[in-house]
Amino acid sequence: MKKLLLSAMVLVSLALYSYQRSHDETTAVKPPVLAAGPSQSKPATNASGTPPADSTPTQPASAYKDGSFTGSLANAYYGYVQVMAIVKGGQLTNVQFLRYPNDHRNSIEINRQAMPYLSQEAIQAQNADVDIVTGATDTSYAFRESLASALAEAKS
Amino acid sequence: MKQTRLLMGMPITVEIADAPATAADFDAVYDYLTTVDERYSTYKPNSEISRINRGLPRQKWSGEMREVLELCAQTKRQTHGYFDIEHGGQLDPSGLVKGWAIQHAAELLRGYGFANFYIDAGGDIQISGLSARGRPWHIGIRNPFNRTEIIKTIAVRGEGVATSGTSIRGQHVYNPHRPGAALTDILSITVIGPNIYEADRFATAAFAMGRGGIHFIENLHGFEAYMVDNKRMATYTNDFERYVV
Repeated sequence: MKKLLLSAMVLVSLALYSYQRSHDETTAVKPPVLAAGPSQSKPATNASGTPPADSTPTQPASAYKDGSFTGSLANAYYGYVQVMAIVKGGQLTNVQFLRYPNDHRNSIEINRQAMPYLSQEAIQAQNADVDIVTGATDTSYAFRESLASALAEAKS
Repeated sequence: MKQTRLLMGMPITVEIADAPATAADFDAVYDYLTTVDERYSTYKPNSEISRINRGLPRQKWSGEMREVLELCAQTKRQTHGYFDIEHGGQLDPSGLVKGWAIQHAAELLRGYGFANFYIDAGGDIQISGLSARGRPWHIGIRNPFNRTEIIKTIAVRGEGVATSGTSIRGQHVYNPHRPGAALTDILSITVIGPNIYEADRFATAAFAMGRGGIHFIENLHGFEAYMVDNKRMATYTNDFERYVV
């Protein structure tokens, strides 16, 4: 049984690996608008003083066409995010949310089994009906995914 | 009523479950956060913090800046030096300012008479009261190995919740030849505290502490935490379970 579990975990890891790889590629565009704020950098600045990859400094004006460009629908788990990028003078000047999660999904909650008191557990995905999400990567992957596709549209 | 705007480099969501919320109430919150960003952002060349880092003499620092820098100094003492805003002679208080600003924005809403709302700045959240469904707000803790998964759901009524951590990159997920190579020990630590200011600054410090971070939180009265490590194991504090849905 343990071996089975182990091989399952390896398979999941490999699947995650390829998923994240493709995901990283699709979000490779670093939108200038993200450089505006100081926030997402808590751990990195505290640990080493090195700014994290997320807060890339402003890029020089790129060859974006002027206009409004709609990004893809990106899954933010608790709903979908879709943005519209507005480009003026070749620069991203505004980002508008066309869609942001505001509906409460009805999903099935897993019955938690009574467990002995433990201070450690293996993490496990759950079906959850949540209002808000917190997490290390939360700072808006879905937002960036949608924006990246809007900017790709602006470039083509 | 719910709004999301881009500010401080991230989407900031405000949801007010009380009926009489108007656009002006949301404007007040975002206007306040904008003024904070303009003073404390190290990304803005003309912000006060940027001018301080270029040598603005101490006697010209604003009262607001002195207050924040004093809070940073206090937090550094309380975290045995793990919370440190000085790097290479430059000050960057952003690790404290976000939670501090959300906390003040929440007080602003309470001042307007709202009791049921949340403010979520990139996953750092101040909760108040109940959701529009009349239940405590449910917060999902995201799987640091897979952003599309929720690994824990907690219900909170008035607390602040903050997560500090790294996002795991594809090439680091699993290396069969060198298990654990290039992985940091701890991927994320989610802290529940009496308010977002407290939760955020101690989450930041606890993450910097590595494995010891969870013990640090355990020893803080009024705080609980859920920490995920590179072995996909979660370690949580004594009373964390009372928040679990």
